[in-house]
Amino acid sequence: MIKNPYLKEKIAFTLLFGATVLVVLPVIFVLFYIVKQGWPAINWEFLTQMPQKGMRAGGIFPAIIGTLYLVLGTLLFALPLGVLSGVYLTEYARDNGLTRLVKLAIINLAGVPSVVYGLFGLGIFVVFLKFGASILAGSLTLAIMVLPIIITTTREALDSVPQSFRQVSLSLGVSKWQTIRHVVLPHAMPGILTGMILAVSRAAGETAPILFTVAAFYLPRLPKSVFDQVMALPYHLYVISTQVPHVKLEIRYGTALVLLIIVLSLNLVAIIVRAQFRKKKKW
Amino acid sequence: MLERHWTWHRVKEFLIEKCIYLSGVTSIVIVALIFIFLAKEGFALFKTVGVGEFLLGIKWYPISHPAQFGILPLIIGSLVVTIGATLIAVPIGVASAVYISEVASGKIKEVLKSGIEVLAAIPSVVLGFIGMMTLVPWVKAVFNLPTGLTAFSGALMLGFMAMPTIVSIAEDALNAVPKRYKEAALALGATRWQAIWRVVFPAASSGIVAAVMLGIGRVIGETMAVMMITGNAARIPTTIFEPVRTLTATIAAEMGETVRGSDHYSALFAIGIVLFIITFMINLIADIAVHHKAK
Repeated sequence: MIKNPYLKEKIAFTLLFGATVLVVLPVIFVLFYIVKQGWPAINWEFLTQMPQKGMRAGGIFPAIIGTLYLVLGTLLFALPLGVLSGVYLTEYARDNGLTRLVKLAIINLAGVPSVVYGLFGLGIFVVFLKFGASILAGSLTLAIMVLPIIITTTREALDSVPQSFRQVSLSLGVSKWQTIRHVVLPHAMPGILTGMILAVSRAAGETAPILFTVAAFYLPRLPKSVFDQVMALPYHLYVISTQVPHVKLEIRYGTALVLLIIVLSLNLVAIIVRAQFRKKKKW
Repeated sequence: MLERHWTWHRVKEFLIEKCIYLSGVTSIVIVALIFIFLAKEGFALFKTVGVGEFLLGIKWYPISHPAQFGILPLIIGSLVVTIGATLIAVPIGVASAVYISEVASGKIKEVLKSGIEVLAAIPSVVLGFIGMMTLVPWVKAVFNLPTGLTAFSGALMLGFMAMPTIVSIAEDALNAVPKRYKEAALALGATRWQAIWRVVFPAASSGIVAAVMLGIGRVIGETMAVMMITGNAARIPTTIFEPVRTLTATIAAEMGETVRGSDHYSALFAIGIVLFIITFMINLIADIAVHHKAK
């Protein structure tokens, strides 16, 4: 046993540092490796052309557009519902059993495996409501998946607005909703925006929820309505790396890189918005 | 005019507040709907297959005649990968959290934290792809195996993927320990390590338990990466260097080929129920651990 407490500290801190390096180093490796292997594939044609020869040549344009539609659809449903739900929990909910139950439900939703969301989407939207495998069904499924993210960030944003702001507004005779609408929400906006961007990034990268609700294996055209299937980037990467033999490595890495760039740049925007907000905060 | 204006406002406000109340309880409704729809599609299986036969049957042959729907190999597949990933992720993840929260400072702390945030953001299909390309051949070569698509590869990758959950939640728990605890220990002559190990860490223990539980939940629920890396053989493995198939991967891989309403289709929904119940319990335990701390 080591007796000297300072030596012990040195060893402990070195081990802790080693553990952290074990986590962070592979992250750097993954990023570096994808960029290095995928970069040569990326050019204007790759981004703007239809896939050809059974996805072994050509571009990934329909997958990019498909992901874009899905993300927009997801926001359309999840944003209003999530923000209002956050408003309810911070501004209206009393400390009672119902509120406790709502919070438990949100925690639980955040932990449901993404493939179970896929099953749920298949059961309710595709089969029961007869939307078929479609942009509508996929967006709704993804929206339910990202709901906990939006609710949680909205709550944090609203909680960070000082109570005195509300009291001043209410004491001037302004109604509760108007106080929320014109005093609380504007101050919470950057926080809500951050949550929205993180939700978009999550929706853009998920594969399992869209497997049975929207994603098309190979569909080299653009969708005409919300009841159409689409290709999507994450599913496309899965397909060309496991289901279709003899796809050039360059195309696989290129697809991975495009998906990674979309997701990480969204996260970067979220981080910047958050940082700006913290800097500007006057209270 | 003034009167009407006032009423309109009242009506509008009334409607908006009703909307807010409705949105507030949506989460409960959704959880209930998830369970109802999984049950609606999944329980049909139990007309032909008993619950015991389903959970403990050792043969998963969903498309042979007669089909067999025993999910024990899948449960064991999930369990092996989860235990492996947990053994890797918990010590390393908690140690990183301690380092980031208590030891690192300034720029280094920010860099490490962003590294973890980036990892959390990488889509699982991308990590699965990279795992297929790098980790799988490496495991095959190093351990001299017929295939690198093994439970071991899956455990390594999932351990890595569980890090952000474990590190960030454990770090929050450590940060929530009042500064004066540590200061008091230091003032009594403890070294920084003694203060961390004997004072801060025990004070944060329930939050760290929550971090571990949520990390396990993340691993059990992970689908794409595990499907791409573990080899998808629905057999009970004898060592961790054999291919396995998890509960999640089975659903993802087979749902596309089922006929709607068939036993196979129902069986996959029944697996969904099993997963839903497992993650529900895990989250409940994590939540209880967090609230235990609050008291």
